[in-house]
Parts: sequence; C-alpha cells; structure tokens
Amino acid sequence: MRWLKQNTIILFTLLLAISCRKEVAVFPGREIPLETPSVNGFSGFYLLNEGNMGSNKSTLDYFDFTTGTYRRNIYASINPTIPKELGDVGNDISIYGSKLYAVINASNKVEVMDAVTAKRLGQIDIPNCRYIKFEGRFAYITSYAGPIEINPAYTQKGYVAKVDTATLEVVDKCIVGYQPDGLEITGGKVYVANSGGYMGAGHTENYEKTVSVIDLHTFTEDKRIEVAYNLHRIIADQRGNLWVSSRGDYKQLPSRLYFIDRQQQKVTDTIDIAASNFYLDGDLLYLYSVEWSYIHYSNEITYGIVNTRTREIITKSFITDGTDKEIEIPYGILVHPVTKNIYVTDAGNYVSPGMLYCFNPTGTKKWSVRTGDIPAHFALLPSK
Amino acid sequence: MSVPGIKKALWLTCILLTVGLLQAQQQQRAVVMDTAKVKLLPGIIVRNYTDKEIIPAQRLTGNQLQRLNSFSVADAIRYFAGVQVKDYGGIGGLKTVDIRSMGTHHLGVFYDGIQLGNAQNGQIDLGKFSMDNIESISLYNGQKSNIFQPARDFGAAGTIYIRSRKPVFDSLEQTHVKVVFKTGSFHLVNPSVLWEQQLSKRINLSFSSEYLQSSGKYRFRYKRVFHDSGTTAWDTTAIRQNGAIEAQRVESGLYGNIHRGQWNVKTYFYNSGRGIPGAIVNNVWKRAQRQWDRNLFVQGSFFKNIAPGYDVQVNAKYANDYMRYLNPDTTLMYINNRFHQQEWYASAANKLKLSDHIDINLSADIQWNTLSSNLAGFVFPKRLTSLVALASAADFGKLKIQASILGSFVNEYIMKGNTSPGDSARAAPVKKELTPAVFLLYRPFTFSSLNIRAFYKNIFRMPTFNDLYYTDIGNISLQPEYTHQWNLGFLYDKNFENAFLQKIQLQTDFYYNRVSNKIVAVPKGNGMYRWMMINIGFVEIKGADMVTDAVVTLPAQALLNLRVAYTYQKAQDFTERKNGELQRITYGGQIPYIPWHSGSFTANIIYKSWQLNYSFIYTGERYHNSANIAENYEQPWYTSDMSVSKEWAIRRYNFKISGEINNVFNQDYEVVLNYPMPRRNYKIIISVTL
Repeated sequence: MRWLKQNTIILFTLLLAISCRKEVAVFPGREIPLETPSVNGFSGFYLLNEGNMGSNKSTLDYFDFTTGTYRRNIYASINPTIPKELGDVGNDISIYGSKLYAVINASNKVEVMDAVTAKRLGQIDIPNCRYIKFEGRFAYITSYAGPIEINPAYTQKGYVAKVDTATLEVVDKCIVGYQPDGLEITGGKVYVANSGGYMGAGHTENYEKTVSVIDLHTFTEDKRIEVAYNLHRIIADQRGNLWVSSRGDYKQLPSRLYFIDRQQQKVTDTIDIAASNFYLDGDLLYLYSVEWSYIHYSNEITYGIVNTRTREIITKSFITDGTDKEIEIPYGILVHPVTKNIYVTDAGNYVSPGMLYCFNPTGTKKWSVRTGDIPAHFALLPSK
Repeated sequence: MSVPGIKKALWLTCILLTVGLLQAQQQQRAVVMDTAKVKLLPGIIVRNYTDKEIIPAQRLTGNQLQRLNSFSVADAIRYFAGVQVKDYGGIGGLKTVDIRSMGTHHLGVFYDGIQLGNAQNGQIDLGKFSMDNIESISLYNGQKSNIFQPARDFGAAGTIYIRSRKPVFDSLEQTHVKVVFKTGSFHLVNPSVLWEQQLSKRINLSFSSEYLQSSGKYRFRYKRVFHDSGTTAWDTTAIRQNGAIEAQRVESGLYGNIHRGQWNVKTYFYNSGRGIPGAIVNNVWKRAQRQWDRNLFVQGSFFKNIAPGYDVQVNAKYANDYMRYLNPDTTLMYINNRFHQQEWYASAANKLKLSDHIDINLSADIQWNTLSSNLAGFVFPKRLTSLVALASAADFGKLKIQASILGSFVNEYIMKGNTSPGDSARAAPVKKELTPAVFLLYRPFTFSSLNIRAFYKNIFRMPTFNDLYYTDIGNISLQPEYTHQWNLGFLYDKNFENAFLQKIQLQTDFYYNRVSNKIVAVPKGNGMYRWMMINIGFVEIKGADMVTDAVVTLPAQALLNLRVAYTYQKAQDFTERKNGELQRITYGGQIPYIPWHSGSFTANIIYKSWQLNYSFIYTGERYHNSANIAENYEQPWYTSDMSVSKEWAIRRYNFKISGEINNVFNQDYEVVLNYPMPRRNYKIIISVTL
C-alpha cells in the first residue's frame, strides 16, 4: 500500500503542477495613439459596442481629441467593482448635461455615468429599453416591454418612459405601438417610430407602420402618423420636419427614408434610398444602408448624403477612396460638427471585434482602429 | 469439448471481440468478481460480425462507464480523446459533442444501431441520454470500419454508438430485475428499474424505465481581481435558477435468435420539461425560458446468414419528435413555438464473400423527414434522402483494406406552411453527392501486436431544416458542408504474465481535417433578424489523439486500472474576411471553444468487493472567438471526481452502494461563456439486483 501512497502523492503533485490557474483580473483598457491632438469644440466621443446577445460584451470605447488617443474598453477599468461590467447589448448612448446615458438593452437598464470620467452614477431599470432622448429635466426612453394583452394571441405594446434625470426615477409612462424604436422630440411633441419587429416576422402586414405622436405636457399619445412598415429611426431637421427610416420586411419590401412635413403632420415625400442608420449634420443627413440581396446572396451597401432642405440625394458614396469595399457591415455613423470628419464603424461578423474608421470630409480614410464587438453608437462630449 | 461447450466458447469469443481488445481482460476479471454476473456468459445475443472492424473504436463499457461518475452520455464522452463537449451546465443543460473540431453537426449518434436524427437543427443533446441502462459507448473517427452496415453509417465524419443493455440469461435464470435509486446535489431524485425476462428459448424481453427530477439549483461564483494588486475587485456568489428538469424514459426491447440470425425490436419513449437557465449577464441573473421534449421511436433490426458467404441485414425506424420552446419573459420577445418532426427510415445491407480475402457489401437506405411548426412564416419542409453505399473489405493477413463509396441523393419539398399568401417560398434544390472513404490497417510484425492504421474520408453534412427554411434567416441556396479527413496512427498492446504491469495499450493518431463550405450565420442588414445562413467558413484542423491504458496488479489481489487520454488540436479559422484589418485578427485564429490541449486521467482500484475511482478532466486555455485576443480568452478548467462503491449479497439479492464527489476541489469554471458550471457536488447511488 505504500506504493499506492507514493503514487498518489506523485499524481497530486502532477495535478497541482498543471493546475496553475490564475485569478481573472478586471480587464485593463487599452490606449492606441491615432492622430495629433485637435480640440474643435469637443473633448472626444464615446463609442458603445453592442456585443452579441448573451455575450455580456457591451463595452465602452472613448476617442480623446485632446490627446488623439483611442481608449478601448474603458468601462471595467474605470468601474472595476461592478459585477459583470457594462452588460449585454448596448443599444444607444447619449450625453445630456453632465451625464452619460448608455441604454443596455438585454441588461434591461440604462447605465448612467459621469459624462467626463465615465464613472458610474447609477442605473435606471427599464426592461427591453431601446433609444433615449432628452427634453427639459427629463429623459425619454423607448421600451418594448409594455403591458401584455391576450386577445386571442399574445401581444405586448411598447411604451416611452419619462425619467427624472436628477433622481433617475421613472416618473411616467406612455403606451405607444408595438416595439417602438427611435424617438425624437421637437415642437413640444415626442415622435416615436413604431416597428412591430416582433410581430412581422413571416407576415409583413403585422409590422407597425406608424409614428406615435405624444404631447409633452399631457404625456399621452395624441395620434399616429402613417408612414411605412417596420419603422426604425427618426430625426428632426433644422426646420422641425421629421425624417423616418423603415427597415422593410427583409423580403420584397426595401428599406426607405420618409419625410414627414411638420405643418401637415404627414408623409409628404419618400427618398428613394435605403437607410439603415443616419446622422444629421446641419442640413446634411449622412446615411448608410445595408440590404440583403436575394439575387447575389450578399449585402448591398450604400453610403449616401441627403440634403434635408432640398430633399435630394447628394451622393451615394461619401467614401471616395475605395475603403468602402473593405467594410463588411457598416453599423454606426458620426459626423464631427466642426471638422466634418466622418466616423463609420464596421461590425464585421458580429461575433468578433469590429473597426472604427475616420474619414476626412472628402471621404478619404485618415485612420482606423479596432473596437469591441459590434461598434455601434456614438456620443460626442462637448469641451468645457 | 462438448458441442454446447464449443458454443459457449464461441459466444465468449464474440463477447470479447465486442467489448474490444483491451477491455476484454478487464471485463473478464470484472465478471469474475461481480458475483451478480457470474452466470452471465451463456446464451448471449451478440452480433458476431464486429470482428471485421479494422480500426477499433475508443470504447467505454459497463463497469468502466459506471466508474466515471457520469450522469449522462455526454459526461462519459468527455473521457474520449479528440472530442470536446460543449456543456451549458447542470443536469438539464444542453450538452453537445464536437468531434475533432469539425463541428457538432458532423457527428452521427447511433442508439442501438440506428442513427438518432434531428433534421431540424442537426443537434443531438447527449445530456438527455442517461447512463442508466447503457452498456457501451463507442467512438469512431471517420466511420465504423466494418463494411457490413447500413448506408447511413457511412454518412458522418465521426460516429458515436450508444448501446443499451441487452438481456442475457444462463440456464438457471429466466428473470433479472434491477432497481436503482440516485440522489444527491441539485435536489436530484432519480429512480430506475430494469426488468429482463426470458420469454422462450429464443426470445428475450427487456423493459427499462427511469424517472428524473432535479431543481437544477447550484451555487456558482464569479470573481475579478485588480490587475496590479491582485486584491478582490468584485466577488459574487449566486444560485443557478431555472434549471429544473423533470423527465421520464421508458424503453422496451424484444431480442430474438433465429437459425443463423437474430432480430430485435425496440421502443423508446422520452418525455421531459425543463427550464433553460440561460446566460448570466449584467442585471439578469435569472431566466424564464422553458423547453418540453417528447421523443418516441420504434426500431427493428434483422440479421441473417442466408447462404454461406452471404449475409443480410435489415433495419427500420420510425421516430416522432415534439419540441416546444416557450419564452414567457416579458422583457423579451414572447415565443411559444412547437416543432413536430417525423422520420421514417429503412435500410437493407447485403454482404457477399467474394473470396477468402475479399468481402463486398451493398447497402441501400431510404429516409423521409418532415418538420412542421407554428412558427410564423415557416414553411413545412420534407426531405427524401436516398443513400447507396458500396463497400469492400480485403484481408491480406498483414494488411487489411476497406474502401467505401456513398451516394447521397436528397430531394426537398415544402408546403405553404405558415407563410403569407404572397410569399414565394421554394424548396432547396436537389442534391447529389458521391463521397469516398478508405481505411487501412497494417500489422508489420508477427511477433508484435503493433498495428499501423490510416484512413481518408470525404463526407458532408446537409444543411438542416433551420439552416434552409427558418423564417427570415434560412437560406435555401445553401450547399452541404464538406469535410476531408486524413488520419495516421498506431496501436500497440502487450500483456505480461505474472508481472506487476499486467497489460498496457498505447494508441496514437495524427490527423489533418478540412472543413469547407462551412455554414455560418452572417450579419444581414440591420435589425431584429440580423442573421443569414451562408456557406463561407473554412477550417483546418491538425491534431493528435493519444490514449494509454494499463492494468496493474497490486498486492492483496487488488487491481489498478489506469487510463490517460490526451488531445492536441490546432483548429484554425481560415475564413476569408473582406476587411484586411479584421482578417488579421481572425484569420488563422483557433476556432471558438477548442483548446489546444485537453485530456483526462482515470484511475480505478478494485479490491474484493470495493472499488475506488478517481477521474480528472482537463481543458486547456481557449478563446470563445476566432479573434484570439485577451478579451476573448477563456481560462483552462479541470475537475477531479471521486467515488467509492461497495457490493454485497444477501440471499438472492445483490446490493451496491456508491458515493460520488464531483468537482472535488470546488473549481468555479465555465465551459461556455456566461454559463457557470456547478461547484463541488455529491451523488449517492443504491442499486439492488435480483
């Protein structure tokens, strides 16, 4: 039996030898110098990476104009004591006052941080939250998770939550259509793009096709404006007219861009261009579109600019140096209000890191940098 | 020797061949020691053509299996070299098997000789197959190198054969009854009963049933430390929720002998309801999704030696599978989908002896699969698969060669299903494939048991019904996903008379695999259904499997069995990217969840009626993505399991009690990102055999 003992000891020593498993450290951020410092009214911008659902890999990156450095994955190192970090699927990000708000869809919360330091201040619990906008002392956040009705099928309308930005409490809710996405606030009204995304799979006619109009004072839905199936984003131009994008039905019906006249409160124009995402700078609406082609079995991608005054397409390729051929899936867009540099993200294959590209106003690539998984949403930080 | 004596000896030889080269000796010993089974030998029903298998399987049988503290077939498979089990944790958690990094869809799983199908998603959850009533699990790379088999057995890149226990009686017995009760951590309650009856001299009946209930609750812990100081940044312990499971299994078989042949008919029924514990992410520590499964199949096999040198084998199966998935979580899209699959299958194989050295086999199979669902926009696909396999085996003494060619013809049909009237749904086009395989075994020396073996195989997997037709994601233009495998290896074993080391066996294989046309979900546009299935991926795998078994005699008639398995795999993703910079990150990267190094070690001491078992599993560092960067790094994990068992007899009753401790060192680990695994846990097994 002594033989056995010896061997057992040897065995366990062996096991311990290969058992060198380190404790997992909080992920340290990375810093990548990219360009010479140039402050043009803004200190930098945040880039929210969505991360694929279930991966809990929504991460926050920051580009610092004052140093020209890109800081990747900063949330965990700035907030090292938060269990499970930023969360699962970041869907929107915005700065209002001194605070930075990150809408983390599958973590059912809006993470509230200090706009300058990204230090966590608290969170607003809103299930299946989607997009955020502000007016006065309130934040307005769309959510898919409204009341459930069974008549006879299960349906669940969405709502807009009204949140006090001082207390971070939800103070009111307004029920809208099914699966509300983008929202915009102009002229005392909240305009909400209803998608019906959960309803329409397989049956196009089940998608929503309206914009809900909510009165800011009464916080009730005034009316609906009919637009098109499966609406996604909405933005007001300098004249208070609204631009709405539809996703289409991923089959015959293409994505399109619609114009709602402020006075008539109805769609008066359709721009013959698909729009996955856009960014408004002055009168120019920079957009890109990704459309699946069942003919070529690949995505067809367009980078366009629409003049919101003339409602004309100025260009269908604002990237002029051929870099567009490298971008697998454009997923986020930002235009610097002063330098007019264009920032476009590439979500790649959705499960591994993406890229951020910086183009000068003529559409030539200045630099590119690796981001987190599914880089998507920008928030510009004004300089003090 | 009398005639019955010769018969007995013949049968014994058959058993030994069936249970494999190494296991034979152990088995024999185990049989001798296990008083309950001492009369087990005569009259056994065994297929006597397995001796034509030129490359032996990695195999775990009866006693070995029991020693592994395995709860399900998936747990036991972790001890094979060359496989990786993706385990989402807990008793009810999904467990799928990936063979030599080619992907879970390339593995064929056979239960009592006939393949388990899942035309919907191609995935067999091996966590559903309990170890109760399982007699052996065999793993074959390429295919079972035995030409006399249905065409379908030629149709996967790797196969696992699960065999349930067959009734075996000696002249004194007509009935066996075995009652087992398992309980332990996770609020486990798991009784089972086995009843075997000799109906006549030629027909035996087996009935087995099992009930399983568990809360699936276990403690798990996540912890992070500060990079520089190593002090705790956060440390959270929680209880895994929504992992409860309740399942019933009823299985019955009739086994018959006829003149120069045998037959069996089998019915299997499984019913379960379970919670899907889901990913643990920030602010969401509990999920609500549930799944119900109901699987029924009836299958039969018939084998007969029609004339000298001519054997026939007929197999048939009907399977009816129902699955319901419910997402009642109000913070997510409500889903209440039911899927109903049916499969009809028939096969005939004919083996003809052309000469003393050459056999040929011709198999023809036909299979019909249907799937219907209440999923919105879903077409109801139907698939007719015709398979023809021509195989030949040549035995030149030192050299054995088998070559086969499989013709696959797949026709698809759809009904309008739940699609909108305007939708132009179409069925996938007809597919015709011709795929070969060659196996060689060379035994260079007469004085040594050294075997050198090699194989090449080209095979494909069909896109699943989900790949082709799932609403908004499916793509009917998908091509099959192809694999090419090249393997070179050797096997060496040696017995020592009256020595300390009684027996040793070494097996090593080196392989190179290519997976092309890999079916991958790629981003499609923006929005809710943002995926599309396309053939884009390309993966190259270079690997080595090593297995060593040894039997050591200890003092006082104790016996020590040792087994070490080690796997090295370099599985690289060579999928082309459009973006040069992204290509630099993912191109050539190790594919998700495949460790470079993995292995297992098991030791078992048998002393009189006592057994002490230790098993260790190691999975080295991995990445959860082909981008092998720090953010995607996954820690190595390794667990130690131990068990002790004791047997005794009181009159005609044999009792056995085992106690198990799993994850002895209480390691917090994840096999899959955000799916924490159980910490230390316990199990007690009591069995009574009559």
